[in-house]
Amino acid sequence: MADLYSTLRQPLIAGNKSLGEVTNDVSGVLERKTSPLWWRAFMASLLFLLIGAAAITYQVATGIGTWGLNRTVGWAFDITNFVFWIGIGHAGTLISAVLFLFRQRWRTSVNRAAEAMTIIAVMCAGLFPLIHMGRPWLAFWMFPYPNMRGSLWVNFRSPLVWDFFAISTYFTISLVFWYVGLLPDLATIRDRAKAGIRKKIFGLLSLGWNGSLRTWNRYEVLYLLLAGLATPLVVSVHTIVSWDFATAVIPGWHSTILPPYFVAGAIFSGMAMVLTLMIIARKVMGLEDYITLRHLDVMSKLIIVTGSIVGLAYATEFFIAMYSENPYETFLFKNRALGPFAWAYWTMVLCNVISPQLLWFKRIRRNVAWVFVLTILINVGMWFERFVIVVTSLHRDYLPSSWTYYTPTLIEVLTLLGSFGLFFTGFLLFCRFLPVIAMAEVKGVLSHGHRSVRSGSR
Amino acid sequence: MDSSSAIHGYVAEFEKAEQLVAATRRTRLAGYRVFDAYSPFPVHGLDEAMGHPRTILPWLVFLGGLAGGVGGYLLQYYPHVIDYPLNVGGRPLNSWPSFIPVTFEMTILGAALVAVFGMIILNGLPQHYHPIFNLERFERASQDRFFLCIETKDPKFNKTETREFLLELGASEVSECEE
Repeated sequence: MADLYSTLRQPLIAGNKSLGEVTNDVSGVLERKTSPLWWRAFMASLLFLLIGAAAITYQVATGIGTWGLNRTVGWAFDITNFVFWIGIGHAGTLISAVLFLFRQRWRTSVNRAAEAMTIIAVMCAGLFPLIHMGRPWLAFWMFPYPNMRGSLWVNFRSPLVWDFFAISTYFTISLVFWYVGLLPDLATIRDRAKAGIRKKIFGLLSLGWNGSLRTWNRYEVLYLLLAGLATPLVVSVHTIVSWDFATAVIPGWHSTILPPYFVAGAIFSGMAMVLTLMIIARKVMGLEDYITLRHLDVMSKLIIVTGSIVGLAYATEFFIAMYSENPYETFLFKNRALGPFAWAYWTMVLCNVISPQLLWFKRIRRNVAWVFVLTILINVGMWFERFVIVVTSLHRDYLPSSWTYYTPTLIEVLTLLGSFGLFFTGFLLFCRFLPVIAMAEVKGVLSHGHRSVRSGSR
Repeated sequence: MDSSSAIHGYVAEFEKAEQLVAATRRTRLAGYRVFDAYSPFPVHGLDEAMGHPRTILPWLVFLGGLAGGVGGYLLQYYPHVIDYPLNVGGRPLNSWPSFIPVTFEMTILGAALVAVFGMIILNGLPQHYHPIFNLERFERASQDRFFLCIETKDPKFNKTETREFLLELGASEVSECEE
């Protein structure tokens, strides 16, 4: 059985790896001694996490009067961060579920890490509504259950309750999807571990997986079903997040364009964050053969697509505001671009609409440094997008006597830094203790681009 | 048959996925029924080669989604219509359009949880013990080797014949696996 090499299909994994080499490369990352580089990164993230924890402790103990909110601007930094982190998560589900349904087999190298990113990002997001409650120990009031308060039920007609259901479902599904994907790889680590604590832990986590054909059969059916369920879910989650705004009567929020615009923006920002993380991970852990320049290339293309939708949405909002001749809408959009928050607006446009245009060039899409810088810019831009939507819509609404400006306090900024600390701490722990690349899936695509003579005739 | 009661079966080891598919097909054609194939990743063509029925998992998932959706709607109907009706500007109590988002989320949640736990239970997981792990070389089944095990429970199992049959299939190694 001589192997033929197709010139039409590029292999997905570089370096012509054998099954054993894939196992060694990926498991090796967590079997080796911890590298000093990892420790340094971990300590830095942990420091940010601790700063955030201190800031949260202070504001919970004192009250949310520690924020820069006022009677006009009742939502600002906190909600911005919440929407930002939820959006980051969406790219993970896009890669793991939507690209699976579209049979984009290159996704196998990045889906595990992207899903881990989703889970951690949703945890970061969940933090903010919790703090915003002011009395987070009463968070269980969000659950609809017969209680001793009357029974006093939650209002199911409120988008904030929809949001609670959407986010908790999203978190649960992302977690089980990720775990199911991990199962065969956990078994691999278990089988490679000699004895001792690692063998025990991975033995428990892998549930006695033995790779029997019957098991694989149901596993694959399950994977397809979960992908099919997660796809509409991911669209619904950011749609519901956008309804938090769209169902209000505030100009700039009360608009039907918000759901598609939010979903595209979420995938745009998430894809940028995946790329940021992947570029770091492939370098630090020596996984360049798995996460190749081709991956950067195709993910950059997805950024152009979603970025263009976002750019079009910005333009459409402006057009509709002018075309409707609604004085409040018209004023709002002029105020966004030329008012006191113009600096935030133009930062957003520069980062989200103008800078991604460079990705039209193949030379830039395949240049690691350029892609890295551009993805950071997009992350910044997408944070500002949410800030612009939330704050500029509120700070000058119907009643000019209550117009005001908003400045975040130190506590709010430290909480945002803390959420980044949580995000990177979580991601680094994942990279250290779990297989970063879905080995079983990668093994299935190794032959992509190669074809043996006998199996060539189907 | 006295000595064979202590063994689980004979295990053949292969280096390539295609060999496993071919071997599985021939094992079935040879009349063996109680056997299993083990691989580090899902090998396509293996299910037909082994010829076993489709899983019922999709139907369970459908029922899970249905239960989630109906349950999700009732979860909203009960408080707003029965337990604590609140007249807001004469609007209908059963304001179904605003109940759609939560119903949708609960449908997905129900379906997905049934899917995951269904797979785990149908596969007999978590499994504390399986005789195949007694084979020392089996640790490579999750890494880079493919295994085919004909079990002693198979009516056609015969120590010498089965061993020879497996060697004939092109196995790089055939070993005995203890119960």
